[in-house]
Formats: sequence, structure tokens, C-alpha cells
Amino acid sequence: MSEYEHYEAVVVGCGPGGAAAAARLAEHGVETLVLERGVEAGSKNVSGGLIYAEDSAPYTIDGLFDGFREEAAERPVTDYRIHNIAGDKVKTYDLTDLHEHDTDWCDAVLRRKMDSWLEARVHEKTSETGGGVLTNVRVNGLLREDGEIVGVTCDELDPIEADLIVAADGVNSELAREAGLMDWEEPDEWFQGVKAVVDMDPEAVNHRFGIDDNEGVAHLFSGDLFEDVRGGGFLYTNEESLSIGTVFHLDSLVAEQAEPHELLDALLTHPVMAHWIGDGYDEREYAAKLVPDSKKVAHREPYRDRLVLVGDAAGQMQAQGPIIKGMNHAVTAGALAADAFAITRGNADPEAAGRRYAKLLEDSGTMAKLRPKQYELARTVGERETVTNVVDRVLESPLGSVALGNPLADRVLERAYNSPFLVSMLPDTRTGYTTVPTVIGEARGKSIRWKNDAEPPTLEERIGDLTYDTDVGNPHIELRDASVKASGAAVYACPVSAEAFGGGCYRTEQVKTNGDEETLVSLDTQPCVECGTCAIVADTAWEHPRGGKGVEYRQG
Amino acid sequence: MLTKGVPDFSEGAVSFDEDGHLERGKTPTVMNPNDAFALEAALQTRVRHGGHVSGMSMGPPGYAEVLEGAMESVYTDDSYLLSDRELAASDTWATAITVSSGIEKYREEVADVDLVFAGFKTADGETGQTGPQTCWALEWPIVTHVIALDIDPDERRLRAKRLVEGDVDEIETVEAPLPCMVVTDPEFEPTYRKAAHRLTHKRLRAETQERAAEHDEHLTTWDHADLNLDPDYIGLDGSPTIVSSVDPIPKAPSEREATMIDPDDGAAMEPVLEELQPFAGGD
Repeated sequence: MSEYEHYEAVVVGCGPGGAAAAARLAEHGVETLVLERGVEAGSKNVSGGLIYAEDSAPYTIDGLFDGFREEAAERPVTDYRIHNIAGDKVKTYDLTDLHEHDTDWCDAVLRRKMDSWLEARVHEKTSETGGGVLTNVRVNGLLREDGEIVGVTCDELDPIEADLIVAADGVNSELAREAGLMDWEEPDEWFQGVKAVVDMDPEAVNHRFGIDDNEGVAHLFSGDLFEDVRGGGFLYTNEESLSIGTVFHLDSLVAEQAEPHELLDALLTHPVMAHWIGDGYDEREYAAKLVPDSKKVAHREPYRDRLVLVGDAAGQMQAQGPIIKGMNHAVTAGALAADAFAITRGNADPEAAGRRYAKLLEDSGTMAKLRPKQYELARTVGERETVTNVVDRVLESPLGSVALGNPLADRVLERAYNSPFLVSMLPDTRTGYTTVPTVIGEARGKSIRWKNDAEPPTLEERIGDLTYDTDVGNPHIELRDASVKASGAAVYACPVSAEAFGGGCYRTEQVKTNGDEETLVSLDTQPCVECGTCAIVADTAWEHPRGGKGVEYRQG
Repeated sequence: MLTKGVPDFSEGAVSFDEDGHLERGKTPTVMNPNDAFALEAALQTRVRHGGHVSGMSMGPPGYAEVLEGAMESVYTDDSYLLSDRELAASDTWATAITVSSGIEKYREEVADVDLVFAGFKTADGETGQTGPQTCWALEWPIVTHVIALDIDPDERRLRAKRLVEGDVDEIETVEAPLPCMVVTDPEFEPTYRKAAHRLTHKRLRAETQERAAEHDEHLTTWDHADLNLDPDYIGLDGSPTIVSSVDPIPKAPSEREATMIDPDDGAAMEPVLEELQPFAGGD
């Protein structure tokens, strides 16, 4: 008899992936313990916030959780557009066809409300099979026996053994990294998103977007308002607020030395926003998160021993041009991992469930969505700098502008944007993100001269408005190399730090040593929003804070 | 689980008359703060080993609220209040006689008792005598200043760590047979390192919300007749000690001047920061 507590399954993280896994495990009669590090599920979570239910997917969130759309979601997306911006010129395409491709429904969500609702349902379901959900518990590592993963270790609990360990612990999964399945090495494998949730009366939302109570919009923004940083912006309508944010390739943020909060402000204060935001800008919450690029990092074999990875932890976040789908894939993956365990239950091979899970991801078509073949083929030519430069020069030339800007091209482009096949081919270069939209905006766009009076809060005010329970004396990030060369990128790339701002996580300091003066990077983890950016762009030893500690999102 | 209501001595709640005497009627009653640790110890024992936890108090009918608070905070199953006019003005001796009679009656009529938990002295009396005297009356062992404890249900023994304060603080590990009284030290902190214990804790909390909302239905009140106590041996008549007078200790006037500064007022904070500058580390 082992000295450790034992559960048939331990699920780490109670976001949509963990919730789906736990609910499905409970349906299979599996004794399931869910460990969530937040004070409540959703308090550590951020998303842009659209959740899809795909026609082709084997599982959907409302299929697993009755009443999800009515009780946990915000507005459905009934109008989907992309705005190509050049200066104050804007050309808008309707992307509803692309949006509705393979879509049963799609709702905007705020994660605190959504995930806490899921937590309650998951606790009910898992309690029936001898388990339940525990919050304020941080799983800090893997329990091994003779080198084999057999359970988890926690800050707040004694080690726990399990026959199945589901790592649904998000984009910065410490379990995936400890198992050697994921890393934090390459900035080009990640996006960074920042978001403002803007308070708005439901009547104003309806009026400004021309919608009813049970309707909503999704707007995307690309072009030159973010200068040369590759990425785009979004606006989604919630019941009584807007989610407005920007998502950029992390390597591009680093290369351009861009400040994420300033890029967000560029969107918030653009004339195109004036009508929607109106006067009296009231920001409820500023948030940030890393987004894995599934095309590059979705793990084809996301398992090791009894451990399986689900959702962001496995890189299962599909971000391709205007398509941004993460939560739905996490739900599918979580449910499939549970099914894989149920099918192989009792099998002596500890990797039987993991292998079956990987096969189910393939067979269900999920992996093909996360890692589209078209992209793999296209990127070999498309992402070379010389190709990008040549294409960009042609597009920016009078000839190119005529080609993109004529009425025929307009229709072709709108159709092309709406083709799931073509979109999945889009190489990740500035051509798609900046050049094409800018040329379209320039040639076809109408000038918008509305005055935008929005005054977004300063970074200091944004940090001041966030809720923190700081683990005093026990910082969760350690700066291993304080040289500017190794860690200087964090000063601007960190969403709660800025070059000229001393109150953020990262700053540079002049340090005198033996008569020499040297610039060093210093770190204060108090304002940290746990996004993980610095784990990639700086040299750190990065962990999550203890259970219940650190930032607590109220909106998410 | 024994608890007592005391005047709320916290800043702003407590009220004194011109002579410095406590105005009992104007000061709200709260649970004796030290009892919170005993409650946590009772809850921890129940979470780890199962069982039934009852709250018991002696005092006026208003103390039912204190017992209700215990139900809300540490999920007691039911409450027992020893209350009538004959019990008023009891000293520690009369209180111990009454409380021990309450525990005996509980054992006869409700269920056998393995453990009694009590806090370390009350905020109003500060004697620290009632617990030991109650134990003496019950002829039970008592373990005081407990900062951690565990029970071996098979051996029916308790093992506890006691904080012994002196020139050098020591932690003593003691064992005692059940039934036994446990008096917690304010340093007592419950620990729940097993997932199963935390799940039990969460279940108890969910179950208690409904129960605490209808506390009256779970409250039993016993008077001196129920407890079969002779009025000559309880209350004021049964109390060998009386408090003859209370002398307030006047607060020494402050010798230093205090200036109030609004921390949001940048200009006003300026000199404060300048004063602090020499004490700040680094540059």
C-alpha cells in the first residue's frame, strides 16, 4: 500500500479543458479530483473571448454542460467583420461567411463568470464519483516513481497519486514543461494578447451596434494602426460590456520594441472606435495572456506516462489570420482525453490512455485544425524574408495598390478572407497582417473623421485597478540573468512594464560597480499578471504563485 | 465545543460610560475571540476523523447568536444553550459546575462525548479557570495551550503539541486518553494537507449553509431545572468569588504630536517621504 492519497484521475486546472475532462471522466464513473490554483475558477483566466461550437467537433461546451449559453456566456456573435485600416481610412469586409463555416454557434464570454459557473457544475458532477473541485491549490510538479510519472505534488497538499493526470493548467503549464513536452524558448511560437473590458450599459451596446439583446458583434482590426507589429485587434460585445483587445506575434513585439498597452491604446483611441465607445470610457479591467500558436506548437503526442496535456497546455490554440479558436479545442481535447482513459481503463501500460488520446485527436480531425497541412506547405515558401519583401514591395507599389484596390479585387479579397482553406494557408508575415490590410484601407477605405475622446487609463492606473493577493517574500519569478542582452526585452514586452515606467514588473537601472556604470534589468513581481511573456523573452526561473496568491481577475 | 459571548472590545464597537465602565447594553455581543481557535480545532478533528460537533454555551438567550455564528463558521451540527436567570452572575466555579452538568446531560441524553474543545480564557473575565474547573468536575484530563493535535481513534488517545511560553518557548508533545478536554492556544492553526479532507471541509460548508439559516430548529435550551442544579450552588448564590470593583486604567496622554496626512495628497506626503528617505534601503 502506498503512503500517498490516490484518485483515479487528477485534473489540474478548471478552465474549459479541465472542466470538460473532469465532467466526462465523472460521466464515465471515474473518481476525479480537480485542482484549481485560483480562489475560484476563472480568476486566473483571460481570453479574447469567443467560444465556438463547431459542427464537426465531437464535443461542444453546451453539449457537456446544460444551460451553458444561457447562464455562463455573454452575447452570441451575429455579425462578424474585419476593418482594414490605413491612417484614418477604413475598409470593412463582412466575414460572416468565414465565421459561420463549421460553426453551430459562437458566443462572447468573460472568463470569471464562465469558468466559475463551470466549476460549480464540475464539482457537482465529480462529487458523485467520489471526487470534487478544490480551489486555492497549486500543483507545482510531477510525482515520480522510478522515473515514471505517477501523480502530482502541490504547494498546499501532500503528494497525490493518480492513474490519469490531466494537465489543463494553461499556456504556462508547469507540468508540460516538467515532463519535457513543452518549452518557453522561441518567441515566434507565441502570441501575446492584451485586453480591456469596457463597461457599457446594455441599451448603449444595442444602440451603438444596431443589435438586439440576444445579438452581438465581433469586429477585427488590421492595418497600419499598429505600425509594423504583426497582429491585430478585436472587439466583442458582452451583455453589459465590450471586450477590446490586441493580439500580436511575440517575436514581432520584441523585434519592434513595442509596448503592448500602447498598441491597445492605439486601437482604443482610433477614430473607428469613436462611435462604439462613445463618451465616458470606463475600463473595468486590463488583462493579458500568452497564446500558443498551434500551427507551430500543438503537440502531436501530448502525453507522457499517465500524464496528458489538454488545451493551451498542449498548445491547442488555433490562431490563423482572423480565425481565433482555443476554448472549443480545449473542450474537445479534454473530453477526448477522458474517453481515452475510459476506453483503456485497466490497461497495464501507463501510456495506453495517452496514446489513445493522441489517436482520438487525429481521428476526430482536431489535430488537422490545429496544424493545417495547407499551412505547413505554404510556410516553407511564404515565411522567408526575401519572399515577404518582394511581395510587400509589389503590393505597396502603384501597380500592387491598383491590383488590390480595384473593385474586382475587393470582391475577390472579401471572398478570399472568407475562405477557410485560403485563410489556413496565410503565412505569418507582415504581408497578411499589415501590408494587405493597409493597402486595402488606403485604396478602398473611407476616411473616418469621428473624434474619439476615449482616454484609456495609464499603465499605473490599470495595475492599480487590478486585485492582487501578493505572496510577500515569496516571489514566483526569479530573474536569472539581469543583463539587458538576456532580459531587457521584458521591459517593453511585459504587458505591465514599460520603458519609462518604474512601477511595473521590469525596469532598467543604472548600477555602479567598481567605478563602472552598467545598465541592469530588475524585477518586482508584485504587479505580475502571470502571462508568461518574460518566461520566453527574458532569462527567468518562472513559476506560478501559490494557490490563491497573485492576480485575481474579476472579468477575465 | 464550548464557547462564550463577550462584549465586542474591538475599536469602534465597544462603549464606555463617563466613569470608564463598560456599557454592556450598548456594546454588541460577539464570540470570545480565543474560542475561534478551539472551533477550528474541533472542525479539523471532525474533518479528519468524522463525528458530530455540538456547540454549547452558558449565558443569556442572546448567546444563541454566538452559537449560530459557530454553526456558520465551523459547521457545528447543533447548539445547546444553558440559560436561565438563576445562572446569572456565576463566577468560574458556578460556571464550571453548570457547564459540566450540561456536558453530563448531553452524554446521558444526546450522545457520548470523546472531546471537549474550549478557547484559552475569555476576553471579559480573563481568568482561564473555567476550563480546568469544568474538567475537574467531570474528572477528565485536560490538555492546554494546544497548537496542533491528532487523534488515534483505535487507541482512543490524543496526541497534542503544547506551546509552553517561558524564558525560552518550548513545544511539548503530550498524550492523553479520551475523553479529554482540549484548550487551544491562539497559535493553533488548522492544516488540511489531504485532498479528501479539503473535499470534506467543502461538503460540510455547503451542508451548513442551509442548517445555519434555520438555527433555531437546531438549538436546545436547558435551564437549571433541566440540569437538575440546586439554585444555592449556581449563579450569584453559588459563586464564592465576587468582583468588588473595577478600576479603569486611564490611557497615558500621548507625549508626541500627531499630524494626519492624506496618503493621496502628493504635496502633503512630500515631507513624509523626505523624512523616510534616510531609512530607505539602496539609493
